[in-house]
Amino acid sequence: MAVRVAEEWLSSCSGCEVAILNLGETLLAVAPKLEFVHIPVLMDHKYYGQLGDGDLGHLDIPQAEVGIVSGGVRNEEHLEVLEAMRAKCGVLVALGTCATHGGIPALINGTVNSDLMERYYRGCETNDPAPDPTDVVPPFLDRTYALDEKVKVDLYLPGCPPHPDQIAEAILALVEGRPPVLPSKSVCDTCPTIREGKGQLKTVRRFLQNAQYDAEKPLSEMRCLLEQGLLCMGPVTRSGCAGVNGDGPRCLKARVPCRGCYGPVQQNGNQMLDMLNALVSNGIDIKTLPDRTGGLLRFSGAHGRLRPRPAAK
Amino acid sequence: MARTINIQPVTRIEGHARITIQLDDEGRVTDSKLHIMAMRGFEKFIEGRPAEEVPRIVNRICGICPWMHHTASNKAVDGCFKAKVPAAGQKLRELMQVMAHINDKILHFFFLAAPDFVLGAGADYKVRNVLGIVQAAPELATRVVKMRQAGQMMLERFAGKVIHPVAMVPGGFAKPMSEKDRTELLADAKEQLEFAKFCMSFAKENIFYKLDEDAINLGQVTTGFLGLVNPSDGALNFFDGVLRLMKPDGSYSDFKCEQYTDFLGEHIESWSYSKFPYARTWGEGFSMDLKAPKGIYRANTLARLNVCDRINTPLAQAELDEFRQRFGRPAQSTTLYHWARLIELVHACERVLELLEDESITDPVVRIPVEPKAGRGVGCVEAPRGSLIHDYTTDENGCIASANMIVGTTHNIAPMNMSVRRAALDVIKGGAVTEEALNKVEMAVRCYDP
Repeated sequence: MAVRVAEEWLSSCSGCEVAILNLGETLLAVAPKLEFVHIPVLMDHKYYGQLGDGDLGHLDIPQAEVGIVSGGVRNEEHLEVLEAMRAKCGVLVALGTCATHGGIPALINGTVNSDLMERYYRGCETNDPAPDPTDVVPPFLDRTYALDEKVKVDLYLPGCPPHPDQIAEAILALVEGRPPVLPSKSVCDTCPTIREGKGQLKTVRRFLQNAQYDAEKPLSEMRCLLEQGLLCMGPVTRSGCAGVNGDGPRCLKARVPCRGCYGPVQQNGNQMLDMLNALVSNGIDIKTLPDRTGGLLRFSGAHGRLRPRPAAK
Repeated sequence: MARTINIQPVTRIEGHARITIQLDDEGRVTDSKLHIMAMRGFEKFIEGRPAEEVPRIVNRICGICPWMHHTASNKAVDGCFKAKVPAAGQKLRELMQVMAHINDKILHFFFLAAPDFVLGAGADYKVRNVLGIVQAAPELATRVVKMRQAGQMMLERFAGKVIHPVAMVPGGFAKPMSEKDRTELLADAKEQLEFAKFCMSFAKENIFYKLDEDAINLGQVTTGFLGLVNPSDGALNFFDGVLRLMKPDGSYSDFKCEQYTDFLGEHIESWSYSKFPYARTWGEGFSMDLKAPKGIYRANTLARLNVCDRINTPLAQAELDEFRQRFGRPAQSTTLYHWARLIELVHACERVLELLEDESITDPVVRIPVEPKAGRGVGCVEAPRGSLIHDYTTDENGCIASANMIVGTTHNIAPMNMSVRRAALDVIKGGAVTEEALNKVEMAVRCYDP
């Protein structure tokens, strides 16, 4: 008997869905064990009947053993869809950092809605200014929420996007009825770069020129980027981006520092507090950080962590 | 009785949309709308961020085409900081961006659009999807999945991350390409070109040559077109060039990307979060009236093939010749977006080979250090879905003071609304609403690959 799967996306970009497709042949191999009953990116099941004549008060998601939801919750439609998914799915999986911690779209949590609307519909250079759209489109919530602020979540798969290896492991574990084995360490724990311990570093600098490294040599012969004076979120970010057989964190493989896209190491952790602690304990002047909230809470601004700044007096 | 049909959500597209169709007492279509149901506000929340960080934030605008936003954003920041990118950095950027086009076109054609053609517009929705194709044509499906996967891994192997890339940086690229990287990618790219040729002939034989008049006319509207071309010879260019805005009669004007505010405007409706760009420079205002549209132009594959004078790679040029011979210039049939998409797939593969055959792409100087400063930069590339414009202004610390973006799909919001109306009028007769008819309305939208 195939496992029925429903998938939805909320305030998101579709990168998580592309990550599912990046399972490639693994997806073909596992496909016979799955029966997708609802997945808007690939399949034409509709909320209000296939003839578009259903009751708008009843959003229909078919029953499924597994529900997968990407994206955070930003408007009333997202909330309605999420609640329907929770009601109809046995196990609910939060896929990707938007779903687990708000992700990049939660950066808007530093702005009140009225400022956003003012800029977007009346401020942009190319606009013919007009009032905010309000017909048919779903009203915004006050901010972007992670899924577990609104419903119970059974399994968290952070990552922007999650590595296909973790998606495969989660799906296989659910099919086989066992708990999945998922990464629990920090990015630093999986990073092969050379760390020499506490240095003389007092400041962090902006990434305005490339890191120092020999391009002919592997990552294991490059000095840790944080020790080179670049802000790297590796110490306070969940590992996993390298996948099962990867030879290093993916951003590091491009020789650029980590920005924390897997969210905090522990689901309830706070990347900003943890990173400030790490910097201070190493004697680094945190005033040299150019953008504290956008830098340290870039991916985890939900759960009330990122809030609008009080109006300047 | 008068009623409203809700197609919600619109499926096999990227994002959140809903179609409403109004029928009167006699079951005639009196109105229709394509509503874009969400907005995230990137322009607003990148304000105040250090500009060099923005290319790895705005890639999250789209998980299907993150490389396009990454590229346009880096070009915009280069403009703000007055950075001159070294030649090899420029070549690596173009290579990555064009490689990403390849995967995107395979994804859209086979995973999102093809089920309507291979399995039929009226097939049961439970099988009318990519998994249905896996059942119906396992050999084809396996090849498609493998090739798309290989393309994704080519990018990931070299650039670390394929979805939400990080390897382009203001001033150039974060790492050079080794000779080993180059030869490996070259071997894979040759295979991709062979696959693209197969896709083109497969689609022509099995789908395009078989399109009947109704299919060709589905969602047909008459509009202008927008796309980047080489300033020197008017050739198709995904990565750089001047914007060409063509009127429905085929006449056009070329302008530098920074001048887009003089040529384009954005209209706002009360029933969609997305704006409606239009050709303000035509001076006729904005109207989606099917009989007398005003200011409406289209972007994406068909637009690019209409505005360009030529394609500077031989196989794609041969395909363009055939296309123009059959459909003229500008071609207006909405369904032809699919055909144009596969011509572009061939071109992208040919261009990637050209770039990889140039050994100077391995030059180790790929980035110059940049200095944060006040300035303005407009970065433009052709994303799969159309001309992508990122326009930033920075303050004296090199942080974003203001940002305006027009993304590919947004150019097509007004034409998609018109195509929905055209299709609804043509397929819903006497109030007879069937699943197949409603899917055909969505097919008109899918041509634009929103």
